Amino acid sequence: MKVSLFITCLSEMFYQNVAKDVVEVLERLGCEVDFPKGQICCGQPAFNSGYKKDAQKAAKQMIASFEKAEYIVTPSGSCAAMFKEYPELFHDDENWRERAKSVADKTYEFSQFIVHVLKVEDVGAIYPGRATFHTSCHMTRLLGEKEAPSLLLKNVKGLEMLPLKNNYDCCGFGGTFAVKMAPISERMVDEKVRHVEESTADLLIAADNGCLMNIKGRINRKGKPIEVKHIAQILNSRVEGVT
Amino acid sequence: MPMKIGEKAFFDRVDDALEDDFMRNAMASAQDRLRGKKLAATEGDEEIGDWEEWRSAGEEIRKHTLENLDYYLNQLSETFSKQGGHVYFAETADDATRYIQEVAKKKNAKKVTKAKSMVTEEIGLNEALEEVGCQVYETDLAEYILQIDDHDRPSHIVVPSLHKNKEQIRDTFRDKANYTGTEEPRELTAFARSQLREVFMEADIGVTGCNFAVADSGSISLVTNEGNANMVTTFPDTQITVMGMERLVPSWEELDVMTNLLSRSAVGQKITTYVTNLTPKVDEDSVDAPKEFHLVILDAGRSNALGTEFQSALHCIRCAACVNVCPVYRHIGGHAYGSIYQGPIGAVLSPILGGYEEYGELPFASSLCAACTEACPVKIPLHEHLITHRQNYVEKKGKKSEKMAMKAFGIGASTPSLFQLATKGMPAAMSPFVKDDSISAGPGPMKLWTSVREFPAPGKSNFRKWFENHKKGDDL
Repeated sequence: MKVSLFITCLSEMFYQNVAKDVVEVLERLGCEVDFPKGQICCGQPAFNSGYKKDAQKAAKQMIASFEKAEYIVTPSGSCAAMFKEYPELFHDDENWRERAKSVADKTYEFSQFIVHVLKVEDVGAIYPGRATFHTSCHMTRLLGEKEAPSLLLKNVKGLEMLPLKNNYDCCGFGGTFAVKMAPISERMVDEKVRHVEESTADLLIAADNGCLMNIKGRINRKGKPIEVKHIAQILNSRVEGVT
Repeated sequence: MPMKIGEKAFFDRVDDALEDDFMRNAMASAQDRLRGKKLAATEGDEEIGDWEEWRSAGEEIRKHTLENLDYYLNQLSETFSKQGGHVYFAETADDATRYIQEVAKKKNAKKVTKAKSMVTEEIGLNEALEEVGCQVYETDLAEYILQIDDHDRPSHIVVPSLHKNKEQIRDTFRDKANYTGTEEPRELTAFARSQLREVFMEADIGVTGCNFAVADSGSISLVTNEGNANMVTTFPDTQITVMGMERLVPSWEELDVMTNLLSRSAVGQKITTYVTNLTPKVDEDSVDAPKEFHLVILDAGRSNALGTEFQSALHCIRCAACVNVCPVYRHIGGHAYGSIYQGPIGAVLSPILGGYEEYGELPFASSLCAACTEACPVKIPLHEHLITHRQNYVEKKGKKSEKMAMKAFGIGASTPSLFQLATKGMPAAMSPFVKDDSISAGPGPMKLWTSVREFPAPGKSNFRKWFENHKKGDDL
């Protein structure tokens, strides 16, 4: 199966290890992976801030880069959801709308692709530890994917998954929200960190680097002894203690 | 504008709210409780069947009604009038209050009892009635508390005094109404009841809002729990009901669906204690009904949304399910919104009714987590409306610096060579700020982030290069 990777700008700039893990997991599951070079950013920061035209520029670049793909896979529920937004973004432009739709239709978040397209629920990973999972809002509510990450994590050997109180509550990231509404965002992430602590997990896992950047940033600032990892890092662990 | 709460700027109101630990804890626990009850009565209730089907039915009914609003408003007006009721279409809040003042003057009214109603808060009806010499009594327990507490304003659409605890209510009763009892809720309620009993019987006019009006029968429907609305609508000789012009259903059949959606979504009840349906027609010898029934149908900015991308915001049935799941409301409470309509629906509705000048910042007070959209029983795409408001706002009032930044983003995000240059150059550019793989005090726009959290240091490796080598088989 041919998979075109959309690795997200955040991963490319800050989390290259996550990107590598994504590649390795997909290849291990038998995918032929390519990386369209024209890709940059899905345009969500501009779109969510109200700058539709600037978001369209980013979207056109992505559509042109990915329209030949068979499947598009990205390690971010939020960026995948933005791809799904593209047809509406080009509501008034029939040509781009059609192209946008073809891209949107074949876009999957990483864990969603593994479970629903590859039909795999156990990737053979081993990761001893006690963890909890942050369900990203855009993945669960905009993309509508509620099951895939937990199905995959349930089958990681040695990993004990603990419930997270009010897991449906946003962590306070929200892209530009985190800086535009900084004081509110701070209280939201504080509550999230408190719930993570209360879960007694040593490790927080999520499927979106945006949320992770926010929660990890706060955990580190507060000096809490909690590790934070992207789900791809867990699914690419085959040796105890090594990620 | 009466809809407005407080004079402070939005961010000052937010700061005040964030300082108020009591209020924030009260909000969080109320949300958890209300959300849990709602889920049990909706998705968790087997008796009702597939909740998603109910939501779709609700959406269809609201959509159909709004798309044919003229027809149903005419029908309602005709059927209501035919039965002896008086209908008045008010274009503005002032029109509405002026009409009601006239009625009060004609009746020589001295005492007015009121059931809970957000739309009368919206038009500032109490003050208007006081202007013409009426004494106005709020009879819903929460509204009564707010009224005697120096006219405090509602902080939640369904539970207006959510920001007060029982001790604060006890103190208010002691200070303002010579109460001598404890903070026991039962005792507090009994006291309010004793205070209001006489008032009910002496009132000249009863005022209510309207949960729904039934167009084909010309009835208004009130969904309540305390029984006070029944007292308000039976004792006085004159009743005035104020409704937003969108609050109607075609017939009893749709009312059935909407009432189910409303009581389950608002308070997690299958049905409320009272569902009171009132039509103007009364028997000559009736002693428990008003002889005169006025229906004020209010526009006050609602038609700004008709025929626009915001039309579905008018589908709202004021259940506050969106408020009860909003993580922003959870931390800032209701008063910070500066509008009697708070939370996600408030952030969507307030700019429609009151304009961007006053409420333009509200749509940005959302992380777009879409919990509101998921919770809405009539499927209003609330988070999408927030984005549309943002688009309108930045077009009209966007800051130049932000516009430039977004333009730069657009160029950067459509020029691969620039992006790669930036990615490659970033580690060096950021290195003065990096310590132990993270940035604790970032420059420029990063300051707001790093005042609260660490920012990740730009990764040192280059994924594109790694991927190329990996494909060649030399990444090991």
